[in-house]
Order: sequence, then C-alpha cells, then structure tokens
Amino acid sequence: MSKINIKIDDQAVQVEPGTSLLNAAKEIGIEIPYLCYHPDLSLHGACRVCVVEDLKSGKLVASCATPVTEGMEFSTRSQRARVARRRNVELLLANHPNDCLGCDRNGTCELQDIVHSLGIRSEDVERLEGERREVEVDEVGPSLKRDPNKCILCGRCVRTCEEIQGVSALQFANRGFNSIVTTAFDLPQRDINCANCGQCATVCPVGALTEISEIDKVWKAIEDDKKYVIVQTAPSIQATIGEEFGYEAGTIVTGKLAAALRRLGFNKVFSTEFSADLTIMEEGNEFLKRLQGDKNLPHITSCCPGWVKFAEHNYPDLLNNLSSAKSPMQMFSSIAKTYYAELEDIDPASIYTVAIMPCTAKKFEKDREEMNDSGYQDTDAVLTTRELARMIKEMGIKFELLNDEDFDELMGAHTGAATIFGTTGGVTEAAVRTVKEKLTGEPLERLNLGFRGINDAELVIGDKTIRVAIANGLANAAELLDEVRKGESPYDFIEIMACPHGCVGGGGQPLPASREKKDKRAAGIKAIDDQMVIRKSHENPMIIKLYEDFLGEPLGGESHHLLHTKYQARPKN
Amino acid sequence: MECCGGNKLTEKQEKYYAPLQKILARYEKKERYLIPVLQEAQEEYGYLPEEILTNIASSLDLSLSQVYGVVTFYTQFHQEPRGKNIVRVCMGTACHVRGGDKVLTAIKDELGIESGETTKDLNFTLETVACIGACGLAPVIMINDSTHGRLTPEKVPEILSEFK
Repeated sequence: MSKINIKIDDQAVQVEPGTSLLNAAKEIGIEIPYLCYHPDLSLHGACRVCVVEDLKSGKLVASCATPVTEGMEFSTRSQRARVARRRNVELLLANHPNDCLGCDRNGTCELQDIVHSLGIRSEDVERLEGERREVEVDEVGPSLKRDPNKCILCGRCVRTCEEIQGVSALQFANRGFNSIVTTAFDLPQRDINCANCGQCATVCPVGALTEISEIDKVWKAIEDDKKYVIVQTAPSIQATIGEEFGYEAGTIVTGKLAAALRRLGFNKVFSTEFSADLTIMEEGNEFLKRLQGDKNLPHITSCCPGWVKFAEHNYPDLLNNLSSAKSPMQMFSSIAKTYYAELEDIDPASIYTVAIMPCTAKKFEKDREEMNDSGYQDTDAVLTTRELARMIKEMGIKFELLNDEDFDELMGAHTGAATIFGTTGGVTEAAVRTVKEKLTGEPLERLNLGFRGINDAELVIGDKTIRVAIANGLANAAELLDEVRKGESPYDFIEIMACPHGCVGGGGQPLPASREKKDKRAAGIKAIDDQMVIRKSHENPMIIKLYEDFLGEPLGGESHHLLHTKYQARPKN
Repeated sequence: MECCGGNKLTEKQEKYYAPLQKILARYEKKERYLIPVLQEAQEEYGYLPEEILTNIASSLDLSLSQVYGVVTFYTQFHQEPRGKNIVRVCMGTACHVRGGDKVLTAIKDELGIESGETTKDLNFTLETVACIGACGLAPVIMINDSTHGRLTPEKVPEILSEFK
C-alpha cells in the first residue's frame, strides 16, 4: 500500500498506513509524552497525556490511539495541545502521593520524567489540591506489593495480565473517583490466581506495583559473622544487569557481576548455571524415561515458578506431565545445604542462601512448603536484578570500573547449555542435547528456536522423531496446553516460560522493558552459548564429580529426595 | 457437579446452586453473557454473594477479578443482602429545596441505618437517588413501586409502619 501524506507541525511527512500520530511524530524526532500507551500492548487511550490538536477539526485527539489518514494536519505544539497535556498531568498529580524521595521507582518513574520535562512545579499542583484516594496497600506478598494510591489508572498492568498472560488477576473495579485497579474482592496477592510473574510491575509507569523487597534481610545476613552467605546468580542476570549501570541491553557483564557480588561481602559467589546443568541431567533423564515408557507425554518443563503456579490453578489435570525436577535455583540451594556443607565442613544451619533472580515468582517458589528437602528452608532470600543493582549502588561500587572476576570453584563451573536457560527455548535445547547424545552418541545441531511466542521443531534421534515446542507468555502457553488437554498435542516435549522472551524478560529485570530490549538481551545470552567450549551438561566435570561423590545416578535415591518435587492443584478462582 | 478446584459439593450446596446452574445452562460460555447472567442471578438470589460470583466466573471461563470489576462498576449489582422493601429517597433539586434531607434523616433515625445499608432483619434497604421524576410531589420517596409525596419528617414513621 502506498504511504500516507500528513503534516505534523507544518512539516510534510510520509508514513506507513496504520501508523499512529504518536509514532508518526516520533519518526520526525518529536517525542510526545504518554502514560497508558505501551508498545507491547493494545491501545487504551485513557491517560490523555499524549493529546495533540487535529488542525482540521480543531479537536484534541489521543495521538497513541489515532491512526494517520491522508491529508491529516495536526499540531503537537499548539497552545491548546500544550496546555491540555500539561493540565492532564497536573490532574494526575493532584491525586498522587507526593513522596517521590521514598518511592521504589524514584529515578525510573515515567510520571516523574514527564513532570520534569513538562516543567510542572509543586505550586502548579498545589493549586489543584483536593480530595485524595486512600486505599489499603497490599504488601503481604509473596512477590508483589500493590499500592493503589500511587496508581494512575493507565491500565497497562490490567492489559498485560489479560493479553500477555491470560490470567486477569488485576482489573479495574468501582467507578468514578473510587476507581482502582485491584484483585477480585480486593484479596491480597497470596490468595488469588496470580502467577507472581511480575510482568505487571515491568509495565507499571509509576510505583504502584513493585517487588516485595528482601534487601534488608540480605544485608542483615551478610553483616552477621555467624552466617555463611552463599549467593547464586541466574543465567540471565549477566545479560541484563548492565542496563542498570548504563550498558546497552544485551551486554554481557559476567565478570563484573561476580566481582560486584564479592565486594558486597558474600562469602561465596556461585552461578545458578551449575545447577541448571544439574536440572538438565535430571530432567533429560526423566524425559528419556517417559519417552521410552511412552508415559506422561508431552513432558513439560517446570523450572519456571510462574508457569508452575499458573498450571496449578488452570491445568491441575496436567500436573503429571510437568517434570518433577526442581528448578535450578532450588537444586542449587538443596545441594548447598547438604553436599557443599559436608565438603567444606560448614554447619548447614549457618548457611544462608541468596539467589539473584530475574523473577518475582522465585520469591514465592522459595517459600513453597515443598522446598525444605535439605532439612532447612532451601533458599533463604531471593533478590531481583533490580534489587541487586540497588545494593551495588548503595555501597558506591563503580560497576563499570570493576575488573572481571570468576565465579567460585566447585559450584561455579557450568556449560553453555546452562547459560541458555536464561532465554526462551534454552531449556529445551539443553535437555535435547543430553538426550540425543545419550541415545545415539551423536551431538545435536542447533535448534535455533525463535525468541517470541510459540515455536516448534522436529528432530530425529536414532529411530525416533521427537517434536518439541516452546511457548513464552502464559496466554501462548495456554494454547499449547488446551491441545494437550484435548489429547491433540503433537509434541513430546514442551517448554514453558511465563514471561515473554523467558527469563531475560522476567518480572525482576531492569526497567523500562520492551520487546526490542528483550530481543537484544536474548541475543546476548545465545552468543555466550556459541562461544562456550563445553556445551553439554553431562560433560560438565563438576557435575560428573557431584554424581560420583554424592548423588549417585540421575533420578536415583539421593537425587530423587533432594532434586525433585511435587505440585498441588489450586482453585481456578 | 464439581466446582472450585474439583471438590465435590454437598447435597445442601447442590440445592443452593441449582437455580444458578439453570440460569447458566441457558447461556453460551461467553464473556458477553456476563451481565445478563449477573442480572438473572441477582433476581434469583436477591443479591450477588461471593460464592455465586465465583461460580459464575468459572462457568463463563472468566477470571474472578473480571466479574468483580463489572459487579462493582454497575450500581444495579449488589454484593450485600437487600431488604424486602427498598426505600428510595429523592435527592433531586426540587426535593432538596423542599426539605428532602430532613425526610432522609427521619428515615435513617426510624430504621437505624445509613443510606446504602440494610436493616438487620432484612426488612428495609435505604437508598438515595438523584431524581425520580415526581418533582410536583416533592419531597418524595419511593418504597418498592409505590410513591409517597409531599412528605414531612413527621409522616415518616406512619408510612414505614405499613411495611413492617
């Protein structure tokens, strides 16, 4: 189709049909502010912060929700448009707490940025002083804090939860001045069908949805001389934490990350990639067993705690298809408080395990009643990428000036197969590598599954054809699972990650996030795997030693006790 | 019948939900039928208690928060039991000028409840409305479908006693 001719602020521009005024203006270098619009979500047009003047009709229109039409002329700078945008932001502030200094999103708040660039001052808002909302804050957790008083009703969280995740845990309730975004019956997060994925918090423009912080308790453990504090970092963190310190998305900062963790005072700095290899050993063998016995297929991965909780609420009939293997984080912690404690002669009661995760659902996972197989709570604290960055900043550590360091030995060695756990499709590829070698002795060629949505592949292993599929985003996952439920699924192995793009798009990752950024992060992770010498989990020398010294065989007695778990059916609503 | 995570219902529960199941059976399992289902369920049960909403959400394949959002948005839906008699006090301009608020106070005192509340014996629910279109009779109230005009606070106890 031919391009559309329009005029923006007297400049003639040609744009693709279907472009919104907001994006058309962006093409010529004009950034119109917005709050309810998000490039990854459907249009809402509610905040009215992006209004521009249609010069032909004289109307103010929401530029995010208005597509271009031939001959359109609009102004972003007319007095009417400028004053309206300002006034709309002032009105939002009139019912917004004035405590930026103490807010979790101070510095990353989109409302704060807009107020600053529009030059709105305190006295402008004081003029509009009126009634304010006073609603209870939900901070019982396990993963997220919801403060409706800070909410500007943009609805991004509501749309994310519905469109991307298919969960709809959050909705608009009540009307007029009393409108809030809330859960059913205003129940606390722990009592609803929430997957704890935290995608809502990654799109919230203000501080209304944030993670439950565990920073204080981690500082306390580090400062306690009697505690031996072991930290593990998830595979994706090395590709994302750099963004908090000014690096381009996808920049790999593994060495600096290890160095920063040591500066913070952790006794041992390990990588979750070690136990991701362990997960592959267990899960790969479990899949092999199911494949040979033709039982509980398709085999569905279980390393994503958001997905597991979603399955417990929505697909309780398919829980036997989930791998019983624990997630890498939980495997790591149970090994840390048993094998590692024995090896290093440390009282396991004094070991405090901290996990740096891309994820808010991990905060819930660590508290699950099933996760105490070491005789203690296996994982003591979970910090998101954002929380770790805050600790590094608090200590004044200049991240970019740190020299690269290695992870500690023993539980530090890992393979490229483990690294790609950090992105969607990674678990499948890692598991299939091990399975193929075990069955045929031949190495696996790259599967190269895409990052977005649903992808599948077919591969021949010996005399068998195996069909694998991956889905990220729970709404996508539901499509595959409905097929399984009907008995129509063509797949043998399904990998599910709750967050779009997998862990690099996790609910605990740096803000702001968009598809474009997540693509870069995922490419960063894949690049590490390509460079690794050992790319198969079963060839990791540390893993071989762990099985020889302690665990015995995959799926064996000790492995079964420490590395596998059970799931529980939960109500849909 | 199974509900709420697969727990079997007791006989008593089954009886309680039976009228709702009948209503639901008449509709396809689609989001767009939520409002008619809510209206009919309210007609049947008098109000919309939590367990009914949960059942409706599961039956229409909706999340409970979506149902809750709709129920709290429309003033026609009630989550608390309603009285046998609904007293609507007009707060429109004409009634206001002619002492509507005094009538309201008298009713509140007589029933011992605030506007929007229901008496403990579930006999009366008190509501204020913007205008019932009978300005010539101001100040005016409606009890169920009957209109009572040209009221004074003194007349209130007698009118209400007819419904006790």
